[in-house]
This record gives sequence, C-alpha cells and structure tokens, in this order.
Amino acid sequence: MTKYDDLTEFLLRLGDSALIQAQRLCEWTGRAPALEEELGMMNVGLDLVGQARNWYDYAAERINDGTDADALAFRRDERAFRNLLLVEQPNGDFAVTMTKQFFYDAWQFHVLTLLKNANDEHIAAIATKSLKEVTYHLRRSSQWVERLGDGTDESHQRMVNAIDTVWRFTFELVEQNDTEWSLSEAGHIPALTELPELWHATVSEVFTNATLTVPDAASTFYLSARTGMHSEHLGLLLAEMQFLQRAYPDASW
Amino acid sequence: MSEWTLFEVFIRSKHGLNHKHVGSVHAADAEMAIENARDLYTRRNEGVSIWVMPSALITATATDEKEPLFDPSEDKVYRHASFYELPDEVGHM
Amino acid sequence: MYAQQVETGTKTVKSLDEMGAEERAFQEKIDAEIKIEAKNWMPDNYRKTLIRQISQHAHSEIVGMLPEGNWVTRAPTLKRKLQLMAKIQDEAGHGLYLYSAMETLGADRDEEIEKLHSGRAKYSSIFNYPTLNWADMGAVGWLVDGAAIVNQVPLQRTSYGPYSRAMIRVCKEESFHQRQGYEILLHMMRHGNQAQKDMVQDAINRLWWPSLMMFGPSDADSPNSAQSMAWKIKRHTNDELRQRFIDQTIPQLELLGCTVPDPDLKWNEERGHYDFGEIQWEEFYEVLKGNGPCNRERLETRRNATQEGAWVRKAAVAHANKKQKQQAAA
Repeated sequence: MTKYDDLTEFLLRLGDSALIQAQRLCEWTGRAPALEEELGMMNVGLDLVGQARNWYDYAAERINDGTDADALAFRRDERAFRNLLLVEQPNGDFAVTMTKQFFYDAWQFHVLTLLKNANDEHIAAIATKSLKEVTYHLRRSSQWVERLGDGTDESHQRMVNAIDTVWRFTFELVEQNDTEWSLSEAGHIPALTELPELWHATVSEVFTNATLTVPDAASTFYLSARTGMHSEHLGLLLAEMQFLQRAYPDASW
Repeated sequence: MSEWTLFEVFIRSKHGLNHKHVGSVHAADAEMAIENARDLYTRRNEGVSIWVMPSALITATATDEKEPLFDPSEDKVYRHASFYELPDEVGHM
Repeated sequence: MYAQQVETGTKTVKSLDEMGAEERAFQEKIDAEIKIEAKNWMPDNYRKTLIRQISQHAHSEIVGMLPEGNWVTRAPTLKRKLQLMAKIQDEAGHGLYLYSAMETLGADRDEEIEKLHSGRAKYSSIFNYPTLNWADMGAVGWLVDGAAIVNQVPLQRTSYGPYSRAMIRVCKEESFHQRQGYEILLHMMRHGNQAQKDMVQDAINRLWWPSLMMFGPSDADSPNSAQSMAWKIKRHTNDELRQRFIDQTIPQLELLGCTVPDPDLKWNEERGHYDFGEIQWEEFYEVLKGNGPCNRERLETRRNATQEGAWVRKAAVAHANKKQKQQAAA
C-alpha cells in the first residue's frame, strides 16, 4: 500500500473527506424531506466535489507519476482512502445526515480558516475559495440542527439518537497528529493546535441553541482513516462510486 | 393546505438595481426562505441581495381598479425603457 | 411532452360571438398576445386546465430526477459527476419554478403533489423507463431534454404570464442539458472502446420511441388540442412538434454514427421532412395508466420521500413557532 509524503497524505485527507461526504449527499437525490432541500443538499454536494477536485489536482501534481484527480478518486482501494470515518457513515434518517454534515462542516470551517494562512500558496488558495462555500454550509447545517433539536419531541429524540450514532467518530476531528505537527513544523501549514477547542466551541454553541447535550469527548479506538482503517461502509460506497472506472479500465468518459 | 408558508422572492441582480420579483418558495420561516431562495433562484450568479415575504402579506391591486389606476399612464410609453429598442449586445441597460 | 394529455373540460371551442363580455375580453387579449396575469379574470376551465398542465409539467421535472439519480452515485469522473449533479439540481429547480407559477392560480402545491402520489395526476411517460447504463445519462440529456426543449421553446410565449416567465427561465437554464447529454455520447463514440459504443447504441435503441411518445398522442387523438391552442397554452400540435424534433435530431444521430430502431425512417424530399414508423400507442397508454416498467418505483420513491420527511417539515414549523413566540415575548 502506497504511503505518500505527509503533505500529500494531508491533501488526500481533505479531498477524500469532501468527496465521500458529497457521495453520501448524492444518495439523497429524489428523497429529500422537502423539494427545496433537494436543491440545498445538491448545492453543498457540488461545492464539495469541486473542493475534492482541487485538493486532488494538487495531490496528483505532488505525486507526479502520471496520476490525476480522477485516478485518485476512482482507482484507489479503501485502505488508501484518508477520509474521515464520520463522512463514510451511512446516511440514516435526516437527523443522522444533518448531524454528520454539521460535525463535518464545523471541522472544515475551522481547518480551512487556519489553512487560509498557510505558507503553501496552493493550500492557501484552495482554502480561501472553499471557506466561502463552507461558511454557508455550516450556517445551513447549524440551523437544521437547531430546528430539529428544538423542534418537536420526535425530532429532538431523533437528534439524540443521531448524535449517539455518530459521536464516536468525532475523535478524528479533534485528535492531534504527527503528520500535521510535522507539516506545521516544516512551515507548510499553520499549527492546528487550536482546532479541537474551536470545533468544540462551535458544537457547544449550536447544541445549546438546539437544546441538545454535548457528550463527553469520544476516545480513539481501533479504526483510523489515517492508516486506512475504515469502517465496513466505505468499501461498499467505493464499489458503487468506482464501478465504471473499475469495470472498463481502459475507457475514457 | 401547505405545511410550510409560501414566500414571495425578490432579487437584486446587480448592485444599483431594484429588487425584482422572481417567484416563490415554501419555507418554515423567513430565514429558511432566504436560504431556499438562494439555492433556487441564484444558482447561476443571478443575485447580490434577496428579499422574502409571506405571500399572504402582499396587498395587490384588484383587477377592477386597473383602469383608474393605470390607464392614465398608458399612453405615456416614452416613460418606459422598453419603448427604446436596443440590440441584445448592449446588455442590461 | 411533459404534459401529454391535458383535459380542458371543453370539447368544442367557442367563437367570440358565443362568449359573454368577460370571456370575450379575455379571449381578445389572448388573440392580441397580451399576457394574462394572476389577478385577471379568466374562465374557470382555463384556470383548471393550466393548473393541470403546469402541475403535470412540474411533477415531470421532479420525477425526472429519479432516472438520473440512479446514476449520479456512479458517474465515471469528477467532471461528469459535477455535470450530472448540476443537471439534477436544475430539474428540481425547474419543478419549483413551475409549482410557483401554478400557485399563482390559487392551487396549493402540497395538494397537487398529493394528487400525483395517489395516481390522480399524471407526469411524463418517459420517466417510467429505467436507466440501464451510463450512456443513458447522455441519451436522456440529448433526446429527452431535446424533446422537452422543442416543446418548451414555444411555451415561452404561452398566454399565462407566470407560466411564460417560468418557461423563459427554464429554457435559459436548460440549454446546457442537451449539449451536456450529446457530448457524453459523442465522447463515447469518438474516444470510447467497443463496449462504450455498444452502450450508446443500446441507450438510443431503448429511449428513441419513448422520446417520440413524449409529444403525446397524434393530433387525430388529441381532442383537447383545439381549445388549448385557442387559449395559447399550447402553441403547436403534438405531431408538428414531434416532426420538428425528429428533423433536428436525425442529423445529430448521424454525426454520432448511430442508428434509431425504426426501419421506416427516411428523408422525404417532397415533404421536406423525415418519414417515420408507427408509434406503439398501446405501450404509451399502458405507461400513462401506470403500467410502465418503473411507474410503481418512481411513485413509491416520491411518496416515501414525502412521508419520511414529514417529521422534518413538522419540526421546522414547530421551531419557527417557538422562535416567533420568543421574539414576541422579548
């Protein structure tokens, strides 16, 4: 299994997370709880596929062995994917989908805000562009969390269940990691030390408005996207997403 | 009865222009109406500002008032931009 | 077309002399190409027919997301994925523009959608066919959107103002759909391997006749056409539009290097049009009745979406009410 340099691994983490989150949103096509929401979810999905492409383009440039964004998206196996475990989780009901979206948006928002000032110009440029989009995503998902948390008894209970379902995957959003340490040591990106605190503050604020309780910090366990230790859901997602590229390896689309 | 409220949507397409009625959306509240309007009516860069208001709150002229209200200005077509025909290449004017 | 058989409630078209003063003034406006607006007087049947026609059109856009949704999770490249997502999003948007126009006539969106779900309202027969390979995404864009555009372009001049304005918006946005679809096919034919070329031909074979059926029954079997044309909510007959579509599509087909499954198709020099074979109208009416290959699945998906989303919509209203109370108390 190929392991790339730290910066490339980091780019794949951002790109893969965006793509897999978008893929889950695509699964909602024609099934959203309101027609207006079909457009809303697809808008977020479009932004995220665009972001994934930008991260992949840069990663491919660094890998420099003839690979490209599509090959990275459609020709790697699950063990090579670096996306957050959170985003590969099944959609569940709208409460689970929105809870995942909100946790991810809050993470993206703070990561991109920090990366906007990266010394690496490519990263700074992609982060700046993506941040505009993600600011809106976060606003949207925050509002939905508030609506559902502080809506009806049923919606509140569904949110409680949703948080219970996906909270354990949030450890990845707040863990400090050697890769990112060495990247900031080497001056590529700013230190992400504040990230856990920032993420937690956003979640607490929105949850308070939503009359929801923030659980105790989730702890690390067996799985970790950084080493390609995914949940079983990713493989099936990729089997669907990569079907054409795998079935017709020499085809151009 | 619709579950959500019907809101009318007005969009300012460029700075310096009036908001113009573009259609409607359904939403649970005004905040959501703004977002729904943004996602529906500005997918291709059509707007810089959005107004929404519940359709039920709009008061409109009735058909039978049309003559006294509007006919006096009917023959003054020169007041209207559309009186002046310009080729499409000129763009928005 | 997207609205294939719209009941007008009148079998004979009245002459101006047979009309009362209001209806006469109304018809004279239409004859003079003056738009009818929401608050203007209009005959009850005009209103009802329009609601039926616009809602059928809107339902078609919404159900039309599903055959494409079937492939959006399997698009082969990031570019194709983005294009397809944007296109599906446009379908939802077009559905909403049209519902919005329909609501100016006093119809309620949720009620009209309920008619769709209970099988009382129709939508275009085309969306009841399955999408079985990736080339279908190209063929849907090229043939289905192509047929839709042929119908929609004249509807930009339809007599009802809000409908006309919605169609202008739709046409403007839809111009990329057909090109996008054709480009998918052209790329597969020019740069693809044999398996891909076979996919393209297979997609055309399956979608050709259903696309022609989109224009609705032949004129001889369209008893409502005359009234709809007098009201200018339909501007050309079904057969005229179908012929126009075939004439403009066959040269594009030849450029692809593909064929259509119609042995009778040939250029008629004398008429200046293509002749074509007999459409299987029995199949058309079966699909319209609900017996097409995917009718049940399409409606079930839409019904489930509405039912499973009920708690979400309710929660949003409850939250809005709470906030309003808090603001009032503050």
